[in-house]
Amino acid sequence: MPAYVGVVILALLGFAFCAGSLVGAWLLRPRRPVGAKLDPYESGVPPIGDAKGRHVVRFYLVAMLFVVFDVELVFLYPWAVHYAEQGVFSDRLFLFGEMLVFVAILLVAYAYAFKKGVFEWNRGD
Amino acid sequence: MVDGWDVLILVIKALAIFIIVPVAPLVFVLAERKILGRIQSRIGPNRVGPWGLLQTLADGIKLGAKEDFIPPAGDRVVFWLAPLFMVVPAAMAWAVIPIGPEVEIGRKIGLWVTDLNVAILYILALGSVAVYGPVMAGWSSNSKYALFGSLRSTAQVISYEITMGVAVLGVLVYTGSFSLVDIVEKQKDMWFAIPQVIGLFVFLVSGIAETNRAPFDLPEAETEIVAGYHVEYSGMRFAMFFLAEYANMFLVSALAVILFFGGWHGWTIPGIEGLTSVLWFMLKTLALMFVYFWLRATLPRLRYDQLMAFCWKFLLPLGIVNLLITAVLRLGWS
Repeated sequence: MPAYVGVVILALLGFAFCAGSLVGAWLLRPRRPVGAKLDPYESGVPPIGDAKGRHVVRFYLVAMLFVVFDVELVFLYPWAVHYAEQGVFSDRLFLFGEMLVFVAILLVAYAYAFKKGVFEWNRGD
Repeated sequence: MVDGWDVLILVIKALAIFIIVPVAPLVFVLAERKILGRIQSRIGPNRVGPWGLLQTLADGIKLGAKEDFIPPAGDRVVFWLAPLFMVVPAAMAWAVIPIGPEVEIGRKIGLWVTDLNVAILYILALGSVAVYGPVMAGWSSNSKYALFGSLRSTAQVISYEITMGVAVLGVLVYTGSFSLVDIVEKQKDMWFAIPQVIGLFVFLVSGIAETNRAPFDLPEAETEIVAGYHVEYSGMRFAMFFLAEYANMFLVSALAVILFFGGWHGWTIPGIEGLTSVLWFMLKTLALMFVYFWLRATLPRLRYDQLMAFCWKFLLPLGIVNLLITAVLRLGWS
């Protein structure tokens, strides 16, 4: 049987469970959407303005960093498996050296980001 | 050969493992409240049912019967979809978790739903998909607290996902396989927790941060942003965020057991090896769940800048150093 059948079954079960419990709750629950209930909750104070305003750019920098490092990481996964499979010492040494080169490039990116203060959350700007 | 029995067995296995998603919160919310109570010299819930055992069930029924409204200024469709994006990946990840070895009941049955050869990548990928839940919830609520919670959660989860991935790399250098069943089999003689002690530390810290739990529960810091990305959720939809959170905590514990604590390996009783193996797996996983609750009761919440600095300035370099050390140690191995 294809290996992903189990995955599909669990995904379907997840959907079925959500749908079932939402429909169940829909049948049970009261519906009186009136008054202040419908305002966004801001600790009881009437909300000021819209939530879709401007936000700190640092979250965006984190997303950029994630792309850089996660992609690097994905390349290291096949390396790790291949490294574990090598029986001969010289092959292993060669692979190790290749990994060092790769990590060195990664470190350049890391050092640049560090220097630019991307990891500092409180820069005051 | 595939026959009707295979299909039936697969469906039974999938159902059995899926039970974890709705049942885990029922058990663990109560366990957490009891343990927190004990640690803080309180009693904890003790009114509903014997010793308060039915407390979470009562809470669940209450949530199901509560009014459940959608903020009119928000995005209805996205708001409606967000809980699905929490629960479905949490359920799907359990497909590859082996809770026991292959057992013989008439035929050989592996105690896992499916043994993917890319299981590790699959789990990490689902971890990324799980970020969509908070993003969609926070964005569609049109509430400032919810949006801040979701931004925090996203930044935190993607940052710690990298360190989690780096921690797993050390184990992969030992196993040479992405399959979780293979990884457990390779730990027959020695748990990877011993040679990979740095990796274990990085993995556990990242796991706690990935599941947004104390001391990394900034996305739902009550004192700052009320409840984070699910501020505007109520009733059953709110319950789903809880289900997903506890299912994910249990998943991270199970994953740590599989990667570092030898999975189902332990002393077995002849004749019922299968059963004792599953008990070992559960025992180890529950012990890690206890660590979650213990940390929550013990540690204060970090500040957000501390949280991000800890990940990027300490945990990530530590993980890479661990990878280098592991690779050097394995150089002479053949």
